[in-house]
Amino acid sequence: MISEREVESIAKLADIRIQKEELGEFTVQFNAILEYFDVLDRVEAAGEGRADLVNVFREDEVRPSLPVEDVLANAGSTEETFIKGPRVM
Amino acid sequence: MAGTFHFDAEDRSNAFITRVESATFGDGRLAGIPLAVKDNISTRGMQTTCGSRILEGYIPPYDAHVVELLREEGAAIVGKTNLDEFGMGTTTENSGFGPTTNPHDPARVPGGSSGGSAAAVAAGMVPMALGTDTGGSIRCPAAFCGIVGLKPTYGRVSRYGLIAYSNSLEQIGPMGRSVADVGTLMEVICRHDARDSTSYDRGYAHAPSGEIRGMTIGIPAEYFGEGVDPAVAECVRDAIATLESAGAIVEECSIPSMEYALAAYYVTCTSEASSNLARFDGVRYGPGVGTKRSWHDEFQEFRGEHFGREVQRRVMLGTFALSAGYYGKYYAKAQVAKENVRRDFLRVLKSVDVIAGPTMPTIAFRFGEKSDPLSMYLSDVLTVPANLAGVPAISVPCGRVEGMPVGLQIIGQHFADEVVVDVAFAFEQEGPA
Repeated sequence: MISEREVESIAKLADIRIQKEELGEFTVQFNAILEYFDVLDRVEAAGEGRADLVNVFREDEVRPSLPVEDVLANAGSTEETFIKGPRVM
Repeated sequence: MAGTFHFDAEDRSNAFITRVESATFGDGRLAGIPLAVKDNISTRGMQTTCGSRILEGYIPPYDAHVVELLREEGAAIVGKTNLDEFGMGTTTENSGFGPTTNPHDPARVPGGSSGGSAAAVAAGMVPMALGTDTGGSIRCPAAFCGIVGLKPTYGRVSRYGLIAYSNSLEQIGPMGRSVADVGTLMEVICRHDARDSTSYDRGYAHAPSGEIRGMTIGIPAEYFGEGVDPAVAECVRDAIATLESAGAIVEECSIPSMEYALAAYYVTCTSEASSNLARFDGVRYGPGVGTKRSWHDEFQEFRGEHFGREVQRRVMLGTFALSAGYYGKYYAKAQVAKENVRRDFLRVLKSVDVIAGPTMPTIAFRFGEKSDPLSMYLSDVLTVPANLAGVPAISVPCGRVEGMPVGLQIIGQHFADEVVVDVAFAFEQEGPA
């Protein structure tokens, strides 16, 4: 069981503001879903993990990228060739 | 001959988020054919929202690989179709741009999350459309709207330009009125692409064949178990009998990992979503975020206001499942379960050519019928296993219950997309319209 306080702290970790009056409903829903997830406690590995997978990398070389003006076109706030974000401190 | 397609079909189902009234097209196999693209697939110069207010106004500066391929073959892209926000849903009720309705009955959902693409095809607005399938999002709306939809083998179609929700599970795939149309679209979009590191170099060039004599079809008991509407089960059993009378051999089989496949799916997709959706903070795209207050204050408010409830729920569930102390209980276990599901399919598909069963346990729901999230999740139980295993699966219309379409699902071995298409084609030739 998780509590409303825990849900509030998860929301904060996820950078999502939820209203106080919504906390109760989210908590009830999360508990029902997490209870359903308990079926995973019964899972046992049927064998070794996969050994047939390989990573696909490319050389770290400079390639053409999108034009700066195209990329900046979608940003809410820009200055010269930079995107402005909220304050860090 | 290159030209312009004037798209004036009336949209009674709210299938489209963005329409292109005059769509230019080039030469090629799809020359002049109006095609709809799900709105989580990037289209250069054309708004792409993922059905979310958080991306309203976003104009991608590049095309997804599949969109490049459509344009190369001359398709007229007439618009972007509605979806559950970021693909998170089974009904297309969770869109920031209003729900899509089912063309067969406007009081019912079209299925989801590719509900707009399915409704646009079913309503006759376009003959073909692209969807995406993370846990059934092509096959479910195809079944509910009475059209054909293919989730290709994982890796067969490039995901470059698909705005990610759950990378390890999702695939772009074709939807259409007929199996032949779905096959044609698959031929166009199935190309290797180095920009997606999971892309295989395995093209698709295949004219569907209706010859299934001697082919073996496995029927898993789990696909006809608890929760499956008996009328839907009977409709699908009749369809399998039709395949048998066309010369296929039917065998019983079992996929025991179905017991926990759905839980493994939801842990995996919510975990991946919590990471993928961290980028939506209003800084680089979508409605701008404020810059005056501190970063967490601005982001929390922005994401609280612009994400819908289901997206918030899944991002938070994923954040929880990946948090310290819970990782082993949820995410790590889900990956073991995912591998067990893959092994189950590999084992069964050694002795049979394909597996068949219902696509969805019921017909299309009425709006609001599934009000709590868990009961909604449970309706994905027959579609998520193919995503966990990475195998191809198609839904083809196989009859009606209460006047609503029912889908027959056919699942094949990895890279046997051609085989599931053939079985669907054979059924389409033999079965009821």
